[in-house]
Amino acid sequence: MSPHTRRAPVLRLDRRPSSGSAFPASTVGAELPGAEPPRVAVLWCPDWPVTAAAQHEKLPPDAPIALVTKNLVFASSGSARAEGVVRGLRVREAQARQPGLVVLDYDPALDSRAFEPIIAAMEELVPGVQVLRPGLCAVRVRGAARYYGGERAAGLFLAGRADEEGAGGARVGIADGIFTADQAARRASAGAGSGQAVRIVPAGEAASFLEPLGIGLLDDEQLVTLLRRLGIRTLGAFAQLDAADVFTRFGPGGARLHSLASGRDSWPLTPRTPPRDLDAVVQFEPALDRVDQVAFGVRTAAEGFIDALTAAKLVCTAIRVELDSDSGELSERVWLHPRSFTPADVVDRVRWQLQGAGEVGLKSGVTRVRVSPESVDAIGNHEGGLWGAGPDERVHHGLSRVQSMLGHGAVLMPSVGGGRTLSDRQQLVAWGDRPPDGRAPGAKPVDQPWPGRLPDPLPGTVFSPRHPVHVLSADGASVEVGDRGTVSAPPVRFSANSSEVRRLTAWAGPWAIDERWWSADARSAWRFQAVDETGCAWLLVLDAGGWWAEARYD
Amino acid sequence: MLDRSTVLESVGEQDTVAQLQARIKAMQATKLDSKLIPTHPAIAGLLPGGGLQQGAAYSIDRSAMLLMTLLAAPSAAGTWCGIVGMPEFGVEAAQHFGVDLDRLVLVPHPGDQWLAVTAAVADVMEVVVTRPPKRATDSSVARLAARLRQRGTTLLVLGPWPQTEAMLSLSQSEWHGIGEGHGHLAAREVTVTVTSRTAGRPRSARLWLPDAGEAVRRAENRAVQPLPERQLA
Repeated sequence: MSPHTRRAPVLRLDRRPSSGSAFPASTVGAELPGAEPPRVAVLWCPDWPVTAAAQHEKLPPDAPIALVTKNLVFASSGSARAEGVVRGLRVREAQARQPGLVVLDYDPALDSRAFEPIIAAMEELVPGVQVLRPGLCAVRVRGAARYYGGERAAGLFLAGRADEEGAGGARVGIADGIFTADQAARRASAGAGSGQAVRIVPAGEAASFLEPLGIGLLDDEQLVTLLRRLGIRTLGAFAQLDAADVFTRFGPGGARLHSLASGRDSWPLTPRTPPRDLDAVVQFEPALDRVDQVAFGVRTAAEGFIDALTAAKLVCTAIRVELDSDSGELSERVWLHPRSFTPADVVDRVRWQLQGAGEVGLKSGVTRVRVSPESVDAIGNHEGGLWGAGPDERVHHGLSRVQSMLGHGAVLMPSVGGGRTLSDRQQLVAWGDRPPDGRAPGAKPVDQPWPGRLPDPLPGTVFSPRHPVHVLSADGASVEVGDRGTVSAPPVRFSANSSEVRRLTAWAGPWAIDERWWSADARSAWRFQAVDETGCAWLLVLDAGGWWAEARYD
Repeated sequence: MLDRSTVLESVGEQDTVAQLQARIKAMQATKLDSKLIPTHPAIAGLLPGGGLQQGAAYSIDRSAMLLMTLLAAPSAAGTWCGIVGMPEFGVEAAQHFGVDLDRLVLVPHPGDQWLAVTAAVADVMEVVVTRPPKRATDSSVARLAARLRQRGTTLLVLGPWPQTEAMLSLSQSEWHGIGEGHGHLAAREVTVTVTSRTAGRPRSARLWLPDAGEAVRRAENRAVQPLPERQLA
């Protein structure tokens, strides 16, 4: 808590009628002396996170969508907002207000990724684009206005181009300085295409445009609270304060906000450097339907892809492979690499993605393959040592060879996860796919107590799949377990098939497993341990499907 | 009389031949100056040479726990271990036996490329465990053995294998802690027998595999029971 909000302000701020324009800029250290605010166009895509998510999930733009993070609504589409689904609502409540609500997880990376084509389109039209955040970017408008014959024409052109790229009703505000242009864009009316998508604040009129707007637009909660308590509720009222007084009282940060409020946002645009286009795209015409044909077609592009990365002094540690098919399917997957990709590795990943028909495979011919670097690193960090590479690299090469013989999922790294059954606790991840924290995706936390798990020692042989067996009592009847955990008769022998019968010398159980009884994937079973006459011990399970040998202690 | 003396003579000759053959076999060991890899102390004494040797093959008669005991020491010493063709390998049990899962790699289903995969894994790992899909052909075994000697990789085979340095088997397994409908499996005493083609007669010891504290150690306070005559190899 700042002292500003607790105590009465120590400095008396007097309000002068009109001193805004006669203010000597040199007294304020935060401002560049004599700098003119540049003419700026800000392109704003309303509800960008929702638009991006809808595009990614291929939902209609008017679908009721809510993006959630930490069980709270982060953003919602217009149709959902009309039903009262607003930011900050709990998911349960949002679903109650709009039963047909599509709830998606908010993914900031998707926001940025989906905005990339729009930035690229803007950069084609106007050089020097500054990305303020996904869904909001600024360009210098002077040259564009001259080229397209006026600021309005240029603004309409930008908005139209952004809509072509799927911005979903982009608006443009043109004014002096980024702050004013942003506010102008947000006040452009919604009907895109009718010329209303652009709001222009003429040069020198920024102060009068901002004057009636609320003080809450300034991005400093403490200052805004204090100003409200002082009775300053609009930007215009704040702008009327003496700049020197504001600087003395609130420091450079306050002076900067003061100059924003008075429409003298003289900060220049800092355009981004467009990233090098390192993606490799291969088009196939006609579509190819054989894996080896596609792999062969990608080979040259993969070499060019890695060469371009090397030329940029980068290595790639993760790639994203997109496969477009004839029927419009898109298969997309990120592949990690424990070291860094070589051209052969890239071709392998494309092939594995095509072969993995169960997960992400395609059902028709492939028309386009796109490989883009998902994460890159400086090449210096991946240089081999002076005396050759470490032992781990040798291991990686050997295992990659096995993977290229048998497929990506054939070489597995084990880890132990949480859970009650042996198969739950045993997590296997393909070599190279293990995330840096070492925890397998989808694994339950291992540090929880998990009551009901097997006591130590654990069986060395875990059958997968488990074997069906018959467990019989002395009179030859199958052993059953009653509702209250009573065994119908002591188990005396069991057999996997009718020929080989094993006599049991000791047994223990039953131990109940009753998991997730409230849901459709409920599981309930009885577990037994038993020792046969050869001294070999078994883990036997009785569930709705009968008796199973799940593991052997050998 | 004459017949009797010839019989006696031939018995003497047979003994001599057997002795000489044993000496030749000992001199024909796969390697003269084999280096040892770390081996669990409870088992090291039973093995020929006092431990697992680099570049040699050992056959283990269907005991995953004995296998994990053998893997634990080299794995803890920083060695990578590869398991080929064993989809039922119990990962969590291996961790409890002391195998480092960060340096363990599984190839559960090598299919008909079993030999190529085992050779590729043996190139980069120092200890490889495998179970041959069926009786492997002699030529492929010889090729794999040559590769192992060259790379210094120790091969642990679950099941029979023609050119083993030693064969380890379990007998007289006795579980503790479990009764007729009560208790649970807690500890096991077992006799481990090592048959070697270089050493003359099988050596065996009574082991806790594992004991109640999940450790593997010799069961010292009980004498080793004499083994019944049994062909092990």
